[in-house]
Amino acid sequence: MNFKTARTGGLALLAIVIAAAPIGFSNSYYYDVGVNAMFNAIVCVGLNLLIGYAGQISLGHAGFFALGAYGSALMTTNYGIPPIGAMVLSAAVVGLLAFLVGRPILKLKGHYLAMATLGIGIIIHIVLKTESKITGGPDGMSVDNFSLLGVTVMGDRMWYWVAGGLLVLTVWLALNLIDSPVGRALRAVHGSEVGAEVVGVDTSSYKVLVFVVSAMFASVVGSLFAHKNGFITPDIGSFFHSVELVTMVVLGGMASVFGALIGAVILTLLPQVLAAVEQYEAMILGAIMMGTMIFMPKGLLPSIVASLKRRGAGK
Amino acid sequence: MFAAFLQYLFSGLTSGAIYALAGLGFAIIYNASHVINFAQGEFIMIGGMASATLVAAGVPMPLAITLAMIISMAVGVALEKFAIEPARNADVVTIIIITIGASIFMRGAAQIIWDKEFHSLPAFSGEIPIAVLGATLMPQSLWVFGVAAVVIVALWWFFNRTMFGKAMLATSHNRLAAQLVGVGVKKVLLASFALSALLGAVGGIVVTPITFTNYEAGIMLGLKGFSAAVLGGLGNGGGAIVGGLIVGIAEALASGYLSSAYKDAIAFVIILFVLFFMPNGLFGKRGTDRV
Repeated sequence: MNFKTARTGGLALLAIVIAAAPIGFSNSYYYDVGVNAMFNAIVCVGLNLLIGYAGQISLGHAGFFALGAYGSALMTTNYGIPPIGAMVLSAAVVGLLAFLVGRPILKLKGHYLAMATLGIGIIIHIVLKTESKITGGPDGMSVDNFSLLGVTVMGDRMWYWVAGGLLVLTVWLALNLIDSPVGRALRAVHGSEVGAEVVGVDTSSYKVLVFVVSAMFASVVGSLFAHKNGFITPDIGSFFHSVELVTMVVLGGMASVFGALIGAVILTLLPQVLAAVEQYEAMILGAIMMGTMIFMPKGLLPSIVASLKRRGAGK
Repeated sequence: MFAAFLQYLFSGLTSGAIYALAGLGFAIIYNASHVINFAQGEFIMIGGMASATLVAAGVPMPLAITLAMIISMAVGVALEKFAIEPARNADVVTIIIITIGASIFMRGAAQIIWDKEFHSLPAFSGEIPIAVLGATLMPQSLWVFGVAAVVIVALWWFFNRTMFGKAMLATSHNRLAAQLVGVGVKKVLLASFALSALLGAVGGIVVTPITFTNYEAGIMLGLKGFSAAVLGGLGNGGGAIVGGLIVGIAEALASGYLSSAYKDAIAFVIILFVLFFMPNGLFGKRGTDRV
């Protein structure tokens, strides 16, 4: 099976799963969880371009998500800008911010980069929490519905189909990007930065590009999340949320679009499942993070695919 | 004017000393294994929580402190043995997720073993403030300075004057070469986690009478310790101490003169600023990339 057929096959399968899943949904709570899972999946597919393909870590992406959310919330409520315009403007501002900070910090390597991105995320979180005159502070602020061309997106069912469509679009975009010269350049950067540079890849531009793109993905989803939820607090930009996003990517499988997607879905569903044992939730989550990474350091999907291949070869 | 400045300086030095101990913990583990241990803050929490609850349960203070240190070291050794060792050859990101997973696990366990309340220890030698040039200094702050200084001197002695300390240093410089001359690298790794956990616990114990502690107290302390270690240059012990003091003092001055709400942001602003111009921290070695 070559890459092209695997790609269309995967996309078709994803579309079928999204379309068929509601058969098992007995009430709107399921749709709500489904929307959140798909929102996370979109952010993670973007973040995976940075972590999995370009090999650069970010522990601050929740900050970009929160900026998108607050950007939309503030522009629609205070200035009467239509939601779609607010979303695009927020993403543009976040992209510009990511570009400005990305240039100097992406020169950093490994743990220094982790520290710098972590710092940016925490600073954004603290600003959102502190500037309560604008953001409402820790109490959060409410956000209006999303509407476009007279149609208002309302209710969990409608959001489900919007999120589903966007997820398919995102995955299609990501798969194409990876299979393009840009994608190959990114993988070269991951393999060896010096090596990539020697063969003529402008490594720093590519790293900044993918950092900006992944930040804008997070921002757009942040905007949509704000409208869907109707209410946001600064905690959507917390360090813990950033860690959650990275964990989804790494758990599902770095450098695998569908891996990131699966990681996002699993980690979104997990708290719902663990709600029954609420007291032990943190311990179980920590144990799952450690266990998966110890026994499947490449992540769930790549490890499963590799073991299937081994079994196939054994026959 | 001056009295206020001095007051901020005292409080900055107190928290700076704790950050320095946490930063040293990061540096020791990083040197031995190139792992950044995001659960370092949880060692501080365990030290504080264990000693506070033991004392509250009627255990004499010296015994409670000793037990808290032993508990923390045992947790450190277990972390290395069961979570880090099996993932030896994994990616940087993978190991980061493992240690973050460990920190979430420890917080979850602490919440169940103890509770979500704040706990405190009685100050070691009373609570009568000492007046210094118009500012006041709590006796417990002197304990923090003193203990941090003793720990730093002891570490210096350990790494420069004992065979095992030298073996640890050798491993950090070149693991394979150290192994070839007979250093038990596995033991060194275990020792580095035990030592870091001990440093964290000591910091947590001496600071608990001042700041109190709860199951979440390790998050920010750990991140500040990481900032200290990065600021000084990863793996540089002296750098971590200087980094910790800079972060502590800057924070105290910022919350005194600018805004206390932005106190926690200051450390990260400094870090970003330094890393923009000095990508390997203040005293870090310039890394080269092998093709």
